[in-house]
Amino acid sequence: MGKAAVIPFSFAMAFMLTAIPVPDWAVSWLPAWVALVLIYWCLATPGYVGVLTGWVLGLLLDVMHGSILGQHALGLSVVAYVTLIYHQRVRIFPLVQQSILIALLLFIYLAIMLAIYNTLGSIDYGYNYLFGALSSALLWPWLFVILRDLRRRAALV
Amino acid sequence: MRLVACVILSFICISIDHSHSHLSTVRKTLSAAIYPLQAAVYWPVKAGGGLVEHVRGRERLIADNDRLREENLMLRSKAQRFSALQKENRRLRELLDSSAQLDQEFGVADIVAIQATAGSRQMVINKGTRSQVFLGQPLIDAYGVIGQVAEVGPFSSTAILITDPKHALPVQVNRSGLQAIAVGVDRKDGLELQYVPANADVRIGDLVVTSGLGQRFPAGFPVGEVTAVDEPQGDAFSNIVVTPSAQIGRGSEVLLVWPRSEIEGGRMSAVTDIRH
Repeated sequence: MGKAAVIPFSFAMAFMLTAIPVPDWAVSWLPAWVALVLIYWCLATPGYVGVLTGWVLGLLLDVMHGSILGQHALGLSVVAYVTLIYHQRVRIFPLVQQSILIALLLFIYLAIMLAIYNTLGSIDYGYNYLFGALSSALLWPWLFVILRDLRRRAALV
Repeated sequence: MRLVACVILSFICISIDHSHSHLSTVRKTLSAAIYPLQAAVYWPVKAGGGLVEHVRGRERLIADNDRLREENLMLRSKAQRFSALQKENRRLRELLDSSAQLDQEFGVADIVAIQATAGSRQMVINKGTRSQVFLGQPLIDAYGVIGQVAEVGPFSSTAILITDPKHALPVQVNRSGLQAIAVGVDRKDGLELQYVPANADVRIGDLVVTSGLGQRFPAGFPVGEVTAVDEPQGDAFSNIVVTPSAQIGRGSEVLLVWPRSEIEGGRMSAVTDIRH
């Protein structure tokens, strides 16, 4: 279990990246760090990380964002589930193709978040909330390489 | 199978949290888990600041000291006048038979993190129930109102800023006494006065202060300055933009305000909850 410590470590980093303050114009372009890292570990080590991990991480994200408890939990468990179904096919795709699929998946994730915000919240969020899917997809190749390095160094299969 | 369980669990959470907020204990526990990560993001900034202080040198410190001494003297003399005025005010209020305004007490808290996401402006501070922080407590800085406490943990709490689009603050225009509600504007660090009639007496440069209505913020704290007044044709209300006078997102410390009655007469009941 010692070598699996890179997984919680990378999630901690993802939460810290989420907590970094950004200027106003960049807010809607903020990548979904936690979702990206979750997707990576679902692809690489489906034995360690799954739907339940996604749910717990989502709950933490809800507390951090002050959103309704269960909102991001729902979104991230769906993300983890979809990734787990396709992980054997997607993990051998070239990075560009992976990025496109991830843009799609995160678009669905952010659309679920937006739908919940707009139906239950007191204010309407604009559709530029969905830009996050695009920036996340652009970051994916780099994140993939970094996390793969991390995983290999920890000798985690 | 797991997905179905998680989805059902999420929906249960969402419905409970949305309708009653019974899950505040869960939120509190989890926020204690998140707190170190949020603090860790700001740690390099704080450490860097400390280092800069170290190498800044004697002369800068002496200059700073002089400036602060001067400022202190000036503020003290102002405070003297203020206390005389306060006494006079109280005496006049007694003559008029209206209830005297309450005093406040202040405490300093460090900002641990600022959370600005689409549709929300929040701030984590390093004081919690251990330091008598309570739900709905007003936060100010040296220049004006910053926000109010939305969630309290044992060692930290989360505050919602007045620039958050979900936050509404009862205010009045200092010059004319006009009452209004100041609501945060998404994606702009500003406020908007809502439901002000098109011909109301509001001008650019007017100071906007808290009105004390709603009994959460004490009256008379500066909120901001009117920077734009727009009266669209055929609309019953005008668009008024207020720039906050507090240095939101620039300082590293905030002041917590305790109304005197809170300290003497025990706890106020937990005030109405804040909508998500």
